Formats: sequence, structure tokens, C-alpha cells
Amino acid sequence: MNIHFDARLDGELPRRDKAEVLASLQQSVPDLTLLHREEDLHPFECDGLAAYRVLPMLVALPETLDQVVALLKGCRELGVPVVTRGAGTGLSGGALPLEQGVLLVMSRFNRILDVDPDARTARVEPGVRNLAISEAVAPHGLYYAPDPSSQIACSIGGNVAENAGGVHCLKYGLTVHNVMKVEIITIEGERLTLGSEALDAPGFDLLALINGSEGMLGVVTEITVKLLPKPETAKVLMASFDDVGKAGHAVGDIIAAGIIPGGLEMMDNLAIRAAEDFIHAGYPVEAEAILLCELDGVEADVDDDCARVREVLETAGATDIQQAHDEAERALFWAGRKNAFPAVGRMSPDYYCMDGTIPRRELPRVLQGISKLSEQFGLRVANVFHAGDGNMHPLILFDANRPGELEQAEDLGGKILELCVEAGGSITGEHGVGREKINQMCAQFSPEELTTFHAVKAAFDPERLLNPGKNIPTLARCAEFGAMHVHGGELPHPELPRF
Amino acid sequence: MANTTTPTPDRDISEALGERVRKADADGTPLRIVGGDTKGFYGRPVEGEALSTREHRGITSYDPVELIVSVRTGTPLAELEARLAEHGQMLPFEPPHFGDTATVGGMVATGLSGPRRPWAGAVRDFVLGARVITRAGDEQRFGGEVMKNVAGYDLSRLMVGAQGSLGLLTEVTLKVLPRPSASHSLRLEMPLDQARARLAEWGRQPLPLTAAAWQTGALHLRLEGGPGSVAATRERLGGEDLEADFWEALREQRLAFFSREDARPLWRLSLPYDTPALALDGVAEDDLLYDWAGCQRWLRSELPAETLREACASAGGHATCLTPGAAAPFTPLAPVMAKYHRRLKAELDPKGIFNPGRLYAEL
Ligand SMILES: Cc1cc2nc3c(=O)[nH]c(=O)nc-3n(C[C@H](O)[C@H](O)[C@H](O)COP(=O)(O)OP(=O)(O)OC[C@H]3O[C@@H](n4cnc5c(N)ncnc54)[C@H](O)[C@@H]3O)c2cc1C
Repeated sequence: MNIHFDARLDGELPRRDKAEVLASLQQSVPDLTLLHREEDLHPFECDGLAAYRVLPMLVALPETLDQVVALLKGCRELGVPVVTRGAGTGLSGGALPLEQGVLLVMSRFNRILDVDPDARTARVEPGVRNLAISEAVAPHGLYYAPDPSSQIACSIGGNVAENAGGVHCLKYGLTVHNVMKVEIITIEGERLTLGSEALDAPGFDLLALINGSEGMLGVVTEITVKLLPKPETAKVLMASFDDVGKAGHAVGDIIAAGIIPGGLEMMDNLAIRAAEDFIHAGYPVEAEAILLCELDGVEADVDDDCARVREVLETAGATDIQQAHDEAERALFWAGRKNAFPAVGRMSPDYYCMDGTIPRRELPRVLQGISKLSEQFGLRVANVFHAGDGNMHPLILFDANRPGELEQAEDLGGKILELCVEAGGSITGEHGVGREKINQMCAQFSPEELTTFHAVKAAFDPERLLNPGKNIPTLARCAEFGAMHVHGGELPHPELPRF
Repeated sequence: MANTTTPTPDRDISEALGERVRKADADGTPLRIVGGDTKGFYGRPVEGEALSTREHRGITSYDPVELIVSVRTGTPLAELEARLAEHGQMLPFEPPHFGDTATVGGMVATGLSGPRRPWAGAVRDFVLGARVITRAGDEQRFGGEVMKNVAGYDLSRLMVGAQGSLGLLTEVTLKVLPRPSASHSLRLEMPLDQARARLAEWGRQPLPLTAAAWQTGALHLRLEGGPGSVAATRERLGGEDLEADFWEALREQRLAFFSREDARPLWRLSLPYDTPALALDGVAEDDLLYDWAGCQRWLRSELPAETLREACASAGGHATCLTPGAAAPFTPLAPVMAKYHRRLKAELDPKGIFNPGRLYAEL
């Protein structure tokens, strides 16, 4: 698989002369920082999907909204595509630059504009780091709930664009559930306010639409997030299992008992060993799987729930159950999980992180399928899951220096995603489609559905200048990759229109 | 009465619905989509051929352990809720019915939520996926039947509150939650200012609050959660006991405040948390009912729409008129917003067959 932009399959992009574009933008937005020398562009050549790198034509680092407006208008006039970038931690190549495009980097918009403890909201610029919000509002006893593992680095603008989740989203929701108002600027340079400080807004729910739209509909320039009071207490149980399937069943049993844990995470043996090696969290390295179950809320309820969950876990066949004794140990239990990716990264020269979701009941079966595929491809797979919501992150270990292994890892990843779709799930739970899963979109959606997505895009960006080639594949691409749904026994036609 | 009638069997009439839509699009015939016809008052009247979803009914999948239910949109809301209750689960956003015939489709299309909304979230927060018949008459699936899915644009949530103006909803997948194991409602006599201050203070604490309404000198609260936290909070707050059905009466607009005998228009003001009482000429305290901890205020008033809307807008909110016949029930959109709304409508429904004019004349 090669995910680089392919004009034949993704649509022609205008080719403009770099010097002319630079001169024109320098003239129309005189005070804007524009990087153009090759050595200055290198730091921006990839996001978290580092196997793919492209040098953008130019990198823009605006500091004011007027600059963003002027830049977008200027690019539109020139017909130059724009890829927006937050912190560049995305794992699906959403912020992968285009050779013929401008990379619009929002990192200088990094101010927390306003915190209103009585209304429990914070108004922030898009470049603010996720964790910085919780840190800033902590003195008021409040926090911002969605906590992606990348929260020390990723930007809130990127979170909105990806509808990011975290280990607490079964109970507290994804980004879309925790954002009240978003300001965007369209490719035409128009400023829109989506949502409001009240609990709803008139008209279509464009706020829901912008969440997870991967920089395809507009540039996010300001976000008002909802804050929650910190739970009085949070306790975490760690249960060991000698069988992955049993751990999978235990997840359903906890929920069947009427308990919604603050976090419910699972790791398999390979992930446990990697994390333990790296963090020394006290994980049981012999276990085939562990479950981390966090219960939070008011003390009395949490104690009750802990006792009930303990019972459920015992009945489900847990071989050992530990409860973190204090806040420090709780943090340590989580540190192992939150650092699972880099931990796995230490075991292997390269790893490739997948992000499929499945109905929870399918967990044992899909795990089995993954382990078979892993054998078949001869590549190790470590599994970490947001088990509570059926969001799996299989990590495929490989060595890019061995010829063909990256392609093998990608093929294996593609197969895993197809397995998820077959099980009634989705190819992406929180990392987004970006460029990485552009072909798998053809397996999840029919040509008609993809056409509807293109129609939505056309309402905001008819010339397809914002992040072209990402998120929604063209019908031509799907026809080429043959993964397209075959309707009524008819094969898809390669001569299909592109959009 | 309802108990003695045999339930209508589950049926999938999506093909027939698709055929109707295809034909309407070909002929350019506007359609007026009707479910249980309980929420017709919410929005502008639609001129068009009636298209009923009520035959398209049934729960297509429900696995309580997954916390997910998929249901055809013509299914009576009461039937869905009864089924969830059998398994100790609920729709957390507590949707209003406004009549026995209310359907799931109407619930999603209007996007109206009940007293628990500020704490639990709104309808849109629990919609995971949707099947929609688009203008071509084919049923398309968006979102998914899983908790998390960010593949493609979030069209299922976009449909919530769009009142059928972007397509015909035929099936929705919803996240459900276990019912809280303990619940207690109480009433505290206190003036509005004090209630506001208290709610702001409590909002910053992890209290098991799930409803808060103020009317004529009393704050009404509902506590829900585990038995321990509910008992402790009850002890701490005191007050007199309140019948739990107060919340249903509030949600269904059966409290005296909503009486039809009051001929003045009924307004819904949607405002940020902690908005002080709006300065509105001639509005008495009794003309207002504060729900959602003050974020949703019901108002009886003859004041001109512009006056109310300006007052709400300057506080960061908006106002909706719920009395049938209002020329513009919903707050007009800023010109630039209206433009993108029109473009979206034109892309998804170029011939204007889906509930034209229901939200705004031009949509
Ligand atoms: C170690 C690691 C762990 C991770 N764990 C999680 C996790 O637990 N949960 C999770 O959900 N994700 C996780 N991620 C993925 C990633 O951190 C998130 O997707 C994050 O939301 C991306 O934010 P960013 O600022 O880095 O965005 P970028 O990578 O810069 O961009 C991501 C996408 O958003 C668009 N975008 C960025 N900013 C804007 C803007 N202002 N306006 C419009 N579009 C914009 C870009 O065009 C691109 O399509 C993880 C990543 C890493 C590296």
C-alpha cells in the first residue's frame, strides 16, 4: 500500500510555481511567518504516522486570525490546497503535507482566553495542549474530561478535528460531548460560530459535524470546552487473567452489573511486558491479560462499586485482583497504560498502531482472529484496548529496515480493520481516517454513502482545497482498490466519476 | 387502554419509503414527514404530501451488555423505553413525549431532551449511528453500531434536530445507560438569586444532581446515583420531599405553568449557565420557569420576538417560540451561518423535498 497523494485516484491538484505562491502570499499577508527553505520545512514533513513524509511547498505560522483569513483567501485565489496542522501527533496522516500545498500550523494560537468556573467552561485557542486545560482549571476543582494518551502534546484544535477520545470516554464521552462552541474559518475566509455557550444553538448541529471532520471543512480557531468537577475520589482495580477471552468477557460482565466505570482498559501479555519493562508499574508480567478498571465519583458509591466489580472479576475468573493503595499507585497503574505505545516502541524498531472498534461481545473472536493473522504474517501484535467502548489498538511490531516489512505490517493492519468491519465495527474509533485508512473507507461505506460525504464537503469547500485526499476516498480510488461493496453481484466500474 | 390493544408487529417498510422519496424527488413533490404527530407545534408548518414513518417499526437489535440499541424510527418511544426498562436501562436524555403516539424518529428529528440534559447530555450525545433515506431513495448508513466511530463525517448527529430537512431517518442506533440505583427528589424554598448561587457552587462539586428547576420561590432538585451518595447528599441539602413524577410533569409540560388557558405565547429561552435573570419589561417572576439549572427557561410573554431574542443573544443564548403559528419559531441565523445552511440543504436536498420550511423558510 502506498498512501501518498495520487492525482489519478485522488483528483488533480493545481500545480503552482513555489516562488510565485510565496511572493503572492508574502504580498497579501505581509506580516505572516512563511517558511520556504527546505531545511525549515523538514520538521513538518510528517505527523504521528511517521512512515510517510512529504515536504510541503510552504509552511505558514500565523499568529492572528486576520492572518488566517488572509492566508486562506490568498490560497483560494491561487488555487493552492491547505493542510491544517495542530501539534502533529495524529496517527492517521491527517496532517501529512502536500507537495503542492501550504501547511497551516496552528501551534502559535496557544492561549487560554478565559476560564469561567461558575459556568464551568474554558475558552481556548486551538493550539492549546489538551493537558494544559485541565492544569489551568485545576485550582477551581475542575478538569477537561477527554484525555487522549497523547494529552501532554496534542492540541485541542486537533482533538476537535479528530473527535479524540481517551481512557475515560465510556463515562465522560469523546471530544464532541465535551465541546460547546467552536469558531471556524472556511476556505472562503468566512468566520462561523458553531454551537453556543448555552446547551444548544439554532439551526443544524454543525458543531457535531465539525468534530471529527479532519480539517476538511474549515480551520478551527477557537474552542469553548465544558469542564467537569473533579470526582471526589477515583479508585482503580487491576485484574489479571490467564486467558484473553476471559478478560474480554469480564468487561461485559461489569457493564451488565449496571456499573459504568470511569475507565475500563485491557492489555495483553505482550503489551503488559512492554509497559512493565518501561514504567515498572507493578504489572503482572505472567498474565495473559490485565483489566484496569477505574471507578470514580462520590466516596460511598465508589466503595460499593469497587466491591461489586471485585466480585464480578472473581466470578469471571481473574487470577489476581489488586487495588491501588493510594493516588501515587493509581497514577502508576495508569502510567503503564498511557505509555503503552512508546513502551511497545522500545521492543521493536517500528510499530504500527491500529484503531478499530467492534461491538464488545466480539472481542474474544476478533482477538483470536488477530492472533491468527499475526502468525500468518510472522509479525508480533501487542494489544491495548479501550475495552469499555470496544476500541482496540493492536500495535503491529516490525522493522522498516527489512525490505518489505512495512508493507507487510500495513497489509496486516488492513486485514485487522476488515475483521473489525466484518464484526460490525468501524475502521477507526478515535484516530481518524486521514490518509492512512483512506482505502479501508471503501470497505466501510458504499459509493452512495461516500457521495453523500462528498456533498457535505462541497457545502463548505466546493473546490476541495482543504486537506484534499484525506478522510473520504474518491469513488475512483475505491474502484481501483476493489474493496468497494459489490452490489447485486456487479463489479464496480473503474470509469466511475471521481466525486 | 393501551395495554389491551395488541402491539403492532415489527415491520421494515424502508423499501416502500425509499420508493416514495425517489418519486417525490423525481417529481419535485415536497414531503411532510410525520411520526406520531406529537411535536408538530415545534417548528414551522410544512406544506407537502404526508409521509408517515409509523409502519416502519421495531427494535432491530438490543444487547443490554453492549449498552446499544438500534430501532426503526416509527417505533413508539414508549415501547422503546419500556423495553429498556425491562433491562434496568434508560435513554439518559429523558426525551419528552408530548403524547402517547410519540415515535423515536420524532424524538431524534426534534432533538428535544428532558430535565437530565445538563448532566447527562442531549439526544445528539447518545446517537451513535443512523440510517437515512437520501433524496435518491436509497437507505444509507452513517455512524455505526459501536460506541466509537470517527469514520466519515458525523452525519447521524447532524440529523438530530434537523427536523427531517436533510433526509428521512429510518433507523437510529443509540447509546443507553443503566438506570441509577437510587433516586430522591426534594424541594427547597429559596429566592432565585440564592438558587442561582447555590447551583453555581454545587456545579463545581461532584454532587449526584440530575435535575434542577426553580419556580415561584422554590428550587426543585433530583439526586440520582448510588444509594450512598444520594443518602449523603439528601442529608446535606435537607428540604422537603418531592414526588418523583414532578419531573415527568415538567418534561411533558403538564405543570400548571404550561396550561393552555394562558393564551400568551410560550417561549423557550436557552441560555448559558449562570445567566442572571434577564431584564425584560413587564415580565413577572411567575411568568418564568427555570429548568436545566437555569439553562432552559420557559417564559409566558407577549413581548415582541425581537426583544426576547436580543436579550437572549446578548447573554449568549437564543429563544424559540413554541406556540403554534409563530412566523419564525427559531432564532434567525446570522447571514453567514444561513449561507452555509442553505448550501448544505442544497447539496443534500436540492429539490427541497424533505420537510421544506420546517426549520426556516429558506431551508
Ligand atoms: C502516543 C500517542 C497516543 C495517542 N493516544 C490517543 C488517544 O488515546 N486517543 C485519541 O483520540 N488519539 C490519540 N492519539 C492521536 C492524536 O494525538 C489525536 O488524534 C490528536 O487529537 C491529534 O491532535 P494534534 O493537535 O496533534 O493534531 P494533528 O496531528 O496536527 O492533526 C490531526 C488532524 O486534525 C486537523 N487539524 C489540526 N488542527 C486543526 C485545526 N485547528 N483546525 C482544523 N483542523 C485541524 C489536521 O488537518 C489533521 O487532519 C495518540 C497519538 C500518539 C502519538
